[in-house]
Amino acid sequence: MAKPKIAIYWCSSCGGCEEAVVDLAEDILDLVQKIDIVLWPVAMDFKKKDVESMSDKSIVATLLNGAIRTSEQEEMVHMLRRKSVYMIAYGACSHLGGIPSLANQFSREQILKFVYEDGPSDVNPEKTRPLPSYVDNGRDLTLPKFRNVVRSLDQVVDVDYYIPGCPPTPEITKNAIGALLEGKLPPKGTVLAPDIALCDECPRKESKPTDLSFTEFWRPHQKEIDTEKCLLAQGIICMGPATRAGCGALCTKGNMPCSGCFGPTSRVRDQGAKILSSICSNIAPKEDEQIDKVLAKIPDPVGTFYRYGLAHSILRRKVSLPTNGE
Amino acid sequence: MENENKNKSGNGNWSPRIVAFFCNWCTYTAADLAGVSRMKYAPNTRIIRLMCSGRVDPQFILEALARGADGVLIGGCHPGDCHYVEGNYKCLRRFRMLKRMLVDMGIEDKRVRLEWISAAEGEKVKRVVNEMVAEIQELGPLGIPKKFEEWDKEIEDLKHEIENKEKEEVAKQ
Amino acid sequence: MPTTPIKNEPVKIGYYICHCGTNIASVIDVDAVAKYISKLPNVVVSRNYKYMCSDPGQKLIEDDIAKYQLNRIVVAACSPLLHETTFRNATRKGGLNPFYFQMVNVREHNAWVHSDREQATRKAIELSRAAVERVSLHKPLEIRKLPINPNVLIVGGGIAGIHAALVLANAGKHVYLVEREPTIGGHMAKFDKTFPTLDCAACVLTPKMAAVGKHPNITLWTYSDVVKVDGYVGNYKVTVRRRPRYVIEELCTGCLECIDACIYKEPKFSDEFNLGLGKRKPVYIPFAQAIPSIATIDANTCIELKTGKCKKTCVDACGDRKAIDFKQKEELKEITVGAVIITTGFKTFDARRILYYGYGVYPNVITSLEAERLLNAAGPTSGEFLTRDGRKPKQIAIIHCVGSRDENTNKWCSRVCCLYSLKLAHLIHERTEAEVFNFYIDMRTPGKSMEEFYNRVAEEGVNFVRGRVADIYPDPSDGSTGHLVVQAEDTLLGKILKVPVDMVVLSVGLEPDPASENIRKMFNLSCGSEGWFLERHPKLAPVSSFNEGIFIAGCCQGPKDIPDTVAQAGAAAAEAFSIIDLGNIEIEPNTAYIIESECSGCKSCIPLCPYSAISFDTEKHKSVINEALCKGCGTCVAACPSGSIVQNLFEDEEIISEINGLLEPIEVK
Repeated sequence: MAKPKIAIYWCSSCGGCEEAVVDLAEDILDLVQKIDIVLWPVAMDFKKKDVESMSDKSIVATLLNGAIRTSEQEEMVHMLRRKSVYMIAYGACSHLGGIPSLANQFSREQILKFVYEDGPSDVNPEKTRPLPSYVDNGRDLTLPKFRNVVRSLDQVVDVDYYIPGCPPTPEITKNAIGALLEGKLPPKGTVLAPDIALCDECPRKESKPTDLSFTEFWRPHQKEIDTEKCLLAQGIICMGPATRAGCGALCTKGNMPCSGCFGPTSRVRDQGAKILSSICSNIAPKEDEQIDKVLAKIPDPVGTFYRYGLAHSILRRKVSLPTNGE
Repeated sequence: MENENKNKSGNGNWSPRIVAFFCNWCTYTAADLAGVSRMKYAPNTRIIRLMCSGRVDPQFILEALARGADGVLIGGCHPGDCHYVEGNYKCLRRFRMLKRMLVDMGIEDKRVRLEWISAAEGEKVKRVVNEMVAEIQELGPLGIPKKFEEWDKEIEDLKHEIENKEKEEVAKQ
Repeated sequence: MPTTPIKNEPVKIGYYICHCGTNIASVIDVDAVAKYISKLPNVVVSRNYKYMCSDPGQKLIEDDIAKYQLNRIVVAACSPLLHETTFRNATRKGGLNPFYFQMVNVREHNAWVHSDREQATRKAIELSRAAVERVSLHKPLEIRKLPINPNVLIVGGGIAGIHAALVLANAGKHVYLVEREPTIGGHMAKFDKTFPTLDCAACVLTPKMAAVGKHPNITLWTYSDVVKVDGYVGNYKVTVRRRPRYVIEELCTGCLECIDACIYKEPKFSDEFNLGLGKRKPVYIPFAQAIPSIATIDANTCIELKTGKCKKTCVDACGDRKAIDFKQKEELKEITVGAVIITTGFKTFDARRILYYGYGVYPNVITSLEAERLLNAAGPTSGEFLTRDGRKPKQIAIIHCVGSRDENTNKWCSRVCCLYSLKLAHLIHERTEAEVFNFYIDMRTPGKSMEEFYNRVAEEGVNFVRGRVADIYPDPSDGSTGHLVVQAEDTLLGKILKVPVDMVVLSVGLEPDPASENIRKMFNLSCGSEGWFLERHPKLAPVSSFNEGIFIAGCCQGPKDIPDTVAQAGAAAAEAFSIIDLGNIEIEPNTAYIIESECSGCKSCIPLCPYSAISFDTEKHKSVINEALCKGCGTCVAACPSGSIVQNLFEDEEIISEINGLLEPIEVK
């Protein structure tokens, strides 16, 4: 019997998700014996046309990482969607937009201007910008279109399952692929991680007091962090209470606060709004001025509360930005 | 009658839509009182009754804006007068942060407003609603649902192109 | 047990919009609304009807439930605060769980506040659509019942508190009556006669005071304050601070011997009961018929309490009774009561605030309450109405509306001043034969026998001048400040009058007592911008507060005369009785609960609960809500970062469906 075919593809991503697959270590050998990888640009030399020539739905699953920002990425995900039974958003970027979707706070023009003109390391006196098409010696060169908006995978194509994380842990990846191969899949649309917040598995949980009232916040580098005590109890913004468990509390075990990469639980539509509500409700002052003073120590609320999920948040993008390239 | 008919002026026929979250004990009752007293005010608000302003989940505000509200008004009991002791303070704290965040997300400060209105202040309901309608009228529509559509136009062409190509292929076979 | 639809049974909604006679239908096109709603998914019946709250209206719902197997009901009518229960009951009678119901407020929030028919109709459609979307998600709920403590606390021992206490005590209920002054009686105890009957205030009041003092069902705590309130209807935990009066109540017989024996031979200190017009000793009983009839030692003036160096002649006089105890400490009493009646009364307007009337500057400008004390036979002058310099006044001005109906002070009419001014005019004229001038803005004498009283006083020869007094100044021909001139425009004659008088009585208005602000906060009462405590409904719930089981009566709710105060006190007593006599009370099931399997135990919710209803289960490592303590504010629900707390009746999905229903484009389907 033919082994099930799997495709692994990346879009706007850092490559960390690819590393995560490799992180399966010897398990990957196991896996490779059970499956047939038909596309994995990072590791293997298959071409787009190889997949295009395959019949529709002949791939069991595509694990797709990275957010979607260019026309080329869109083309690829549409094609992979057609060829696959299951389209799986792999990692925070394809699940929620991820770090790249923080760019949804800026217009396309702002980004290009910064990258090609104003960036501190730029040397571009001519202010040259990449052009979508260029004719050189009679040869027509084109670049994919750089979109105005960063999108999560499900904002471009229909997605069957989500494997969360930045990157997903080997454990969570293995379980997901295991479930896929065994055909023990939950209802469509499920995020393949526990539907409970991180505190559930955080070793610091017990040290959180039941009468916590915030008077000051610190960023992790501003303070010597107690290695045992709940980070919120130390005034450090930890997204744990609003973030899915499943990573094994890697960050808090490493003495860093959770930054929210697994996204919200299924009951929450907007992770940022919820952690905001939970933390701000519990600050001590009652007067506008004092409240603002405490909250001033959270200098970048969007970047803090929506670090991995701006594209997938309720508002998706700074709403005052232009839609065309200007 | 003041303000009631102003909403049609300017900006064509557009008139703001405001979703209001009023606490059961103070502001909702104040709005009832405004009614009993037959005070006339702009017809642009749609009131949702919650037991306490502390129940206002920031997600509700975002949902309302994302689903087409041009503004959101929250009404609670005056500080110290909350029926549930301090629910209004919890609302206030979230609100202060949310406002900052909304401004970062490009939503004008005046579109989201928190007011303490006691059960006796029917007059204040009228004033606040009229003020807010006038201010948002000035700002113009927020129109997030329309923005979502506009944003996604850039991916529609390619999608249709691919779909058509597929159809052609199917037709060929 | 109400039947509930079987799971997954398709939702079938009945929608009804009420005309409310013409109240709603004259502004909202109810036909158009019903027609629009009839086209929405899951709506099986959509009707409009003249009076939904009428019996036939309710019957319509019941019949439709049977006929169309409806399992959700939406009624668009008045405020849910008025008729939600009515329609829940109709839903129940139709065989459904009463919470498969949602109400839309298209009267108070729509027809009554808008006049543009098109806009109002559109608003009604959107509000109704929101309710239709919401009701589909409703779950069957059970009304909670909680046991009720049968005791009642009454705060304030004026005539309102006294009357309410007696009504309840006579019905066999135990009452705690708490009064901050050393005696009960309040303002009424200070009055001389009462309008319009001119019966003596003390003669009608003191028997009731005495009845309170000896009633076996009344625990009377004077010289005491409420300091803390916890709990909820049926189960209020209240802490009362009993300030030390340095006299053991059980041992004091009210013989007054200690007062006679006091080291101060003569009364030397300002007498609060007589508004400083008389003097008292450090040990005193405010007035002869005070209840309890027990001496009080004032720590601010008693030499022993101030320096510890008194001969304590009072202790000697008390002798074997041993009632005096200089070591007495304040005592905190904790009580549990099922209901509370607040009767904290009012304060009279501080006439100093109107500078040109010269109160506090010219000794012969006095307030109406001071006039009461001067006229009172038990007062500091034994009823002789004299100027401060001891003259018998020949001309007297009484100025109405001092601190009432005035943009600069208080805007409201204090309701009693015209009538008590007439009464004072009569009494002063009768006692002194002086010529009396009443300066008024409008003469307001509504009510039984009141206009007749006005006519009687007019016939007695009192002069009435319609005009606001602009100035009071010393008579320049006199030189001292003993004689005054009152200047006013007589608006009927259209000319300026300058009336020389010996005395001026300022008819001060009634104000909320700033000292009761503390009480208001503790009992979580609402108040208007003026500060009067707010009744739940101005007509239909005039003595209820917004808090279950807490009632208000008398002038703390607004200015009123004695008969109205007593009527309210009786009403409040009856309302309290109807709660405590039932044995248990039904509570709206809008409590929150935590879904155990979804709670991560982050503890974010725990500090947010004002009732300590949320605790941490150290075995399961999760938060739990004690439903009996939850009052249903929903604050924890809004703050739960993983969405694991649900509030009955106000679930996230229900509210979001409401938002959606409001905002969908109107041209839907």
